[in-house]
Amino acid sequence: MTPLGRPLRIQMRVLHALMLREMLTRYGRHNLGFLWLFIEPMLFTLAVVALWTATGMHKGAGISVVAFGITGYSTIMLWRNMPGRAIGALALNASLLTHRPVQIIDVFTARIVLEAIGATVSFVVLSAAAWMLELMPGPEDVLAVLAGWLLLAWFSFAVSLWLGAASEVSSLVYKLWAPVSYIFIPLSGAMFLVEALPVAAQEVVLLLPVVHCVEMVRDGYFGSLFKAHYSVAYVMVFNTVLTLFALAQVRDLSRRGLQP
Amino acid sequence: MITLRNICKHYPTRTGVHTVLHNVNLVVRPGEKLGILGRNGSGKSTLIRLIGGAEKPSSGSVNRGMRVSWPLALISGFGGSLSGRDSLRLVCRLYGVDHRDKLDFVLGFTELGRYFDEPVQSYSHGMMARLAFAVSMVIDFDCFLIDEVVAVGDSTFTERCNHELFGKRGHKAMVIVSHHEAFIREHCDHAAVLHQGRLHNFEDNEQAFRFYQDSLHSAPEPVQEALSA
Repeated sequence: MTPLGRPLRIQMRVLHALMLREMLTRYGRHNLGFLWLFIEPMLFTLAVVALWTATGMHKGAGISVVAFGITGYSTIMLWRNMPGRAIGALALNASLLTHRPVQIIDVFTARIVLEAIGATVSFVVLSAAAWMLELMPGPEDVLAVLAGWLLLAWFSFAVSLWLGAASEVSSLVYKLWAPVSYIFIPLSGAMFLVEALPVAAQEVVLLLPVVHCVEMVRDGYFGSLFKAHYSVAYVMVFNTVLTLFALAQVRDLSRRGLQP
Repeated sequence: MITLRNICKHYPTRTGVHTVLHNVNLVVRPGEKLGILGRNGSGKSTLIRLIGGAEKPSSGSVNRGMRVSWPLALISGFGGSLSGRDSLRLVCRLYGVDHRDKLDFVLGFTELGRYFDEPVQSYSHGMMARLAFAVSMVIDFDCFLIDEVVAVGDSTFTERCNHELFGKRGHKAMVIVSHHEAFIREHCDHAAVLHQGRLHNFEDNEQAFRFYQDSLHSAPEPVQEALSA
């Protein structure tokens, strides 16, 4: 049976079980427990925004540093943390795979989705809190924010599945992800607006789907203050191709089975 | 019925391909108790993991016409920070069973008391073994895969395991791998021998036991068998 050929009801049941287990093993019942799932990315974002505010970095025309920082750094938390959870996931969860209802894709999905939930709650809580404290304005277009965020989550999901499967084949993935993803942080659009770049540079960074998504989120937040550059169609095509490729990798892995 | 057809299993190693199983054919009928004898390193555990589906064959096919258990083990593989109760709940969720119906049995069998809500990593070997075994008994399988699990442990534990498995679940099919001839003699209808990657089936169990005895005195298991293919 292929990993996707099961009744949805069973797969949902398995994912639910695996996510609960993941929360318990990662956070346990001590201190704040599973609240750490979103406190962790929140602390990251807060620290960076505080630093930018204090040093006067990224002061743009009329755009609050807090709004710029929260919209930017929250997206990094999403696309960087999700693959980080998928890489090496199977080696840690090999014992779960002795249970026939559990398929390889479930182990990945449970971890990736949990990470996405953490980053999302962190973004929502931070931006709502900053809005209430009048440190940044509310979103101008909630739907655009949502669409940008979901497209980025979709992209990160596909990357995670792909790298998770690849890390089972080569340990290089594990070693290279940290430096490679680090290089992509300044390129991701979190720290610049595309319109502020020279045209030649714009063309290059807009090859990255993440940049489109970040621009979309910011367009939804304070689109009246700058000209956003993105193409929904580009991201959707990119994501679709990447998702199909990643699913094929996972299916290959499921057919071959794991090496003990 | 479980059918394995022409199963081969190779592992890549740094010095070439290591063949663990070579053209293995095997049938388990409902209610049948199949014992597979083999010395350490003969591929018993690999074979049982293949039957359970935790591993995939390099070639050949596995057909499972019944609900097959996971290979019963004496350690709980769900993570040490989970409590006994968490482990029970997890298994029940995975297999779609209401864990509340199973609480009495698991608490009674494991005698964990208040440790049921403590992390598994704080358990003694005995507590861990009782929990792992009890949790395996909670799901209603048609065929149990047993990796000499009940042959170890203290005698009370062994007795209670035997009662649960061969008493209450005596009508279920079982595949038992072991290097203990006596254990297979006591519990199995059929015996087969895994020797040098090949599974030898016999009409008569006594032949199987003789073959196993002879194999013990023959050349040691080849550690590596490089394939040119």
